[in-house]
Amino acid sequence: MNASTLLITTLSLPLFLVLLIVLFRKQPNIRETLSITFGILVFIVNLLLLESLWAGTAIECHLFALFPGLTIAFKIEPLGMVFALVASALWPVTTLYATGYMRAHHEPRQTQFYCFFAIAIFSVLGIAFAGNLLTLFIFYELLTLSTFPLVAHAGTAKAKRGARVYLGILLLSSILFLLLAIISTWHFTGSLDFKNGGLFAQVSDEVVSVILVLFVFGIGKAALMPLHSWLPAAMVAPTPVSALLHAVAVVKAGVFTILKVMVYVIGIERLANLPGTTFLLYLAGFSILVASLVAIRKRNLKARLAWSTVSQLGYITMGALLATPLGIIGSTMHIAMHAFSKITLFFCAGAILVATHKTEIQDMQGLGKQMPITMLAFGIASLGIIGLPPAGGTWSKWLLLMATVETEHWLLMLLLMLSSLLSIGYLLPVSLRAFFPATAAVPLSPAATGSIDLAPKASLLAIVLTTLACVGLFFFADAIYQLASKVV
Amino acid sequence: MSSAQLPILQVIVPLLAAPLCLLINHKLLNWLFTLLVSGFSFVVAALMLWQVSDTGPLSYHLGGWMPPYGIEIRVDQLNAFVALLITAISTLVITSAHTSLENKKDIAPGKHTYFYVAYLLCFAGLLGILVTGDAFNLFVFLEISSLSSYVLIALGRDRRALWASFQYLVMGTIGATFILIGIGLLYMKTGTLNIADLAERLPEMADTRTIFVAFCFFIVGVCLKLALFPLHMWLPNAYAYAPTVVTAFLAASSTKVALYVVVRFVFVVFGVDFSFTTIPLQAVFVTLGTLGVLVASLVAINQQNIKRMLAYSSIAQIGYMVLGLSFGSITGLMASLLHLFNHALMKGALFLTLGAVFYRIGGVSLKHFQGIGRHMPFTLAAFVIGGVSIIGMPLTVGFVSKWYLLQAAIAQGWYLVSVIILVGSLLSVIYIWKVVDAAYFKPALVNQAQLKEAPLSLLIPVWVLVLANLYFGMDTRLTVTLTDQVATQLMHIEVLP
Repeated sequence: MNASTLLITTLSLPLFLVLLIVLFRKQPNIRETLSITFGILVFIVNLLLLESLWAGTAIECHLFALFPGLTIAFKIEPLGMVFALVASALWPVTTLYATGYMRAHHEPRQTQFYCFFAIAIFSVLGIAFAGNLLTLFIFYELLTLSTFPLVAHAGTAKAKRGARVYLGILLLSSILFLLLAIISTWHFTGSLDFKNGGLFAQVSDEVVSVILVLFVFGIGKAALMPLHSWLPAAMVAPTPVSALLHAVAVVKAGVFTILKVMVYVIGIERLANLPGTTFLLYLAGFSILVASLVAIRKRNLKARLAWSTVSQLGYITMGALLATPLGIIGSTMHIAMHAFSKITLFFCAGAILVATHKTEIQDMQGLGKQMPITMLAFGIASLGIIGLPPAGGTWSKWLLLMATVETEHWLLMLLLMLSSLLSIGYLLPVSLRAFFPATAAVPLSPAATGSIDLAPKASLLAIVLTTLACVGLFFFADAIYQLASKVV
Repeated sequence: MSSAQLPILQVIVPLLAAPLCLLINHKLLNWLFTLLVSGFSFVVAALMLWQVSDTGPLSYHLGGWMPPYGIEIRVDQLNAFVALLITAISTLVITSAHTSLENKKDIAPGKHTYFYVAYLLCFAGLLGILVTGDAFNLFVFLEISSLSSYVLIALGRDRRALWASFQYLVMGTIGATFILIGIGLLYMKTGTLNIADLAERLPEMADTRTIFVAFCFFIVGVCLKLALFPLHMWLPNAYAYAPTVVTAFLAASSTKVALYVVVRFVFVVFGVDFSFTTIPLQAVFVTLGTLGVLVASLVAINQQNIKRMLAYSSIAQIGYMVLGLSFGSITGLMASLLHLFNHALMKGALFLTLGAVFYRIGGVSLKHFQGIGRHMPFTLAAFVIGGVSIIGMPLTVGFVSKWYLLQAAIAQGWYLVSVIILVGSLLSVIYIWKVVDAAYFKPALVNQAQLKEAPLSLLIPVWVLVLANLYFGMDTRLTVTLTDQVATQLMHIEVLP
């Protein structure tokens, strides 16, 4: 099979799955098995694509022309490959987790859930492999629309309110700013293709600065302050959704788009010399620090994780805006590293919720006795977010820090270090207190007897897998580094 | 059938079919007959468009009298394009008419024959406006279509329909009178009524006050029919209380034809030069267009009756079309014509969806929509896609027109206008959202047992239009190429005196 066929295959598999899910809506076991199988298939196809990418074949395909001169096109380059691999690796794991979670939690409308889940993954792959800005925009909007029912899944007033904020901010920013930025790009350059070095060679600094700002604010999924409030609001979703979509797919689609625009539309050399860049850099720095400060004050575990995500996304945006190869590589790697760590944290939070119905952090003291594996995983994943060995986050954070040193942004360097300290403060106590409670341990729930860990079996397996991946990425980070260094 | 006769067939067939309906006077047969006529007109329009694109404008001399003395029927790409749209929409609307009219809440029993007669007359009038090459003839057809649409609206079962119809009658008559005064003044000055001839003779006397006044009367008159903000007062009531089929047809056709008349007169008869330099039309259209988009969208948000809401949305969309004209550029004109086509598809789909909901629930206010998403999945899915198209999401037709409109605005350097265009589409998110929220997230109020999916005869036309929304949103070759050619031709007329 040649590479273009593979590309079409990986994109159409999730859509095909939607059909199958609808077909087998009455048999949950078949439905879930199919979901996981297709997830693994997509991952394998993506690995094959990676192989062709390493072999140096150009992988593209043009579907049809939407407007004269503008086609719906897909093209694989290293950055998109990293994103697609991360998303497709975590999709089957999340489905596995969801199988345990959704059943244990007796969630309604599970068929609908798995359908929209698959459509969301389809959109993510579309974003990752988009061959031009127009295609990217289409899948970007599709992702917003297809994840909306997932966020509102619970159907309660609170879920609806959260979902409305989610949809409102993402649509507002993308329609008002991103579309305007894209059309302006088309107007000024006559092209929307992704090109190394950017498109704006002939355009004045002022115009490009304005377009840059429009892009950064238009990509609301990157959750840069002040457009971050959808992320905590979206935490009303069931945990598997929060995990995959809001730690991996949606937010990563945002920062991925930022990276893609910086590298292939603005061009990093141009970006480094634009008057608007510094302002955005410090905005990202502000976002990193403030979100960490908010996170530390949150008592609800999911809310704390959400704010931590806002902060970590700031790292990636900042890395992109630093406009040096080191920054771009660091950001690309952080997409992967943060994804594995954060999804583990969310998995753990969900497992705790299902097993013990606890959402507040102070209630989780002493939980290590009942859920030792879950809490250990939480601890290791926390290290990944903080950027300490033995988790993969160490490398990406190191590279990002080096990038601030290299560009002599000392204040930003300080901010990064401060935020890492803060993240120690808001993440580590959760697992530490679980094993070494400060107060007397909460009495065991009766179900605790007989099993090592209270989490649903399927969910526990998923947690173990992602934790192993976190640690694995520490030792085998070179593969991602090699791929990321091909971006610039 | 010789292709030379096509232009007259386009008008004469529906015009003669109208009285025949009175003779048939049978519900089912009338419906089939009207459907046949509408389908035939569609074929004629398609053949004409094909022919015109191939060999250039068609000209038919009524009674064999040579223009400019006799009445000429003249078809070029512009009007063939609009005619194709109107006949297509009409065929789809009529397909659902039989089932839709069975509902006693929509139209009084025994009035069906009147409906078909008035409908065919209105249809003939609109097609007449499109194809005629004679200014006075245009007025006559305008009156035919207007008078019959007053009747159509008054057929609504809600007693307020009478008042709405009367309101429209008063406003419409004022508009028609203005148009007549405009045409009269033109005739007085140039001595001709033939549109092509007028276009030729006007430039040399363009600086006279008579022509200036004629232009003002004519444009104001047409803008009344077009329901351009702030001349839109008749539209919300008329759309809200007319039978749903009528609303679907009028929303997708009559304002479109009025926009065609504006384009024809501003760009061909008076010429861009006159319209945009002698007359400050640009300033007027930009102001009214943007105000229309903002005000009408805001008002739409607060409507409880979905028909009214969509009516206000139509006024906002007319704002977009007029905005497109105001740029006076090829891209702007293209955007306007694209939106003319695309908006007919979206609103046709949405109003027909309302028809399906009305058929089952017997009302179309927000509370009627509560909780019906699960019981009428196909109907509501159609509404969602139509709504997404109104918002202008990619891969729907709404995105295509928005894309060109924004491009035209940016090319002109009017950044504020482009922001207003985008704000307008954000406002439409809000009002479409209210319906989606009610349908999917609120518990049903109506007795659940009686809630069934709408019958196929209503669903098929709806879904044909919905799929057209998606198809023309992805395959833009036909619409973009055609509007590009038309816009280039129209702007070219101005360049070469």
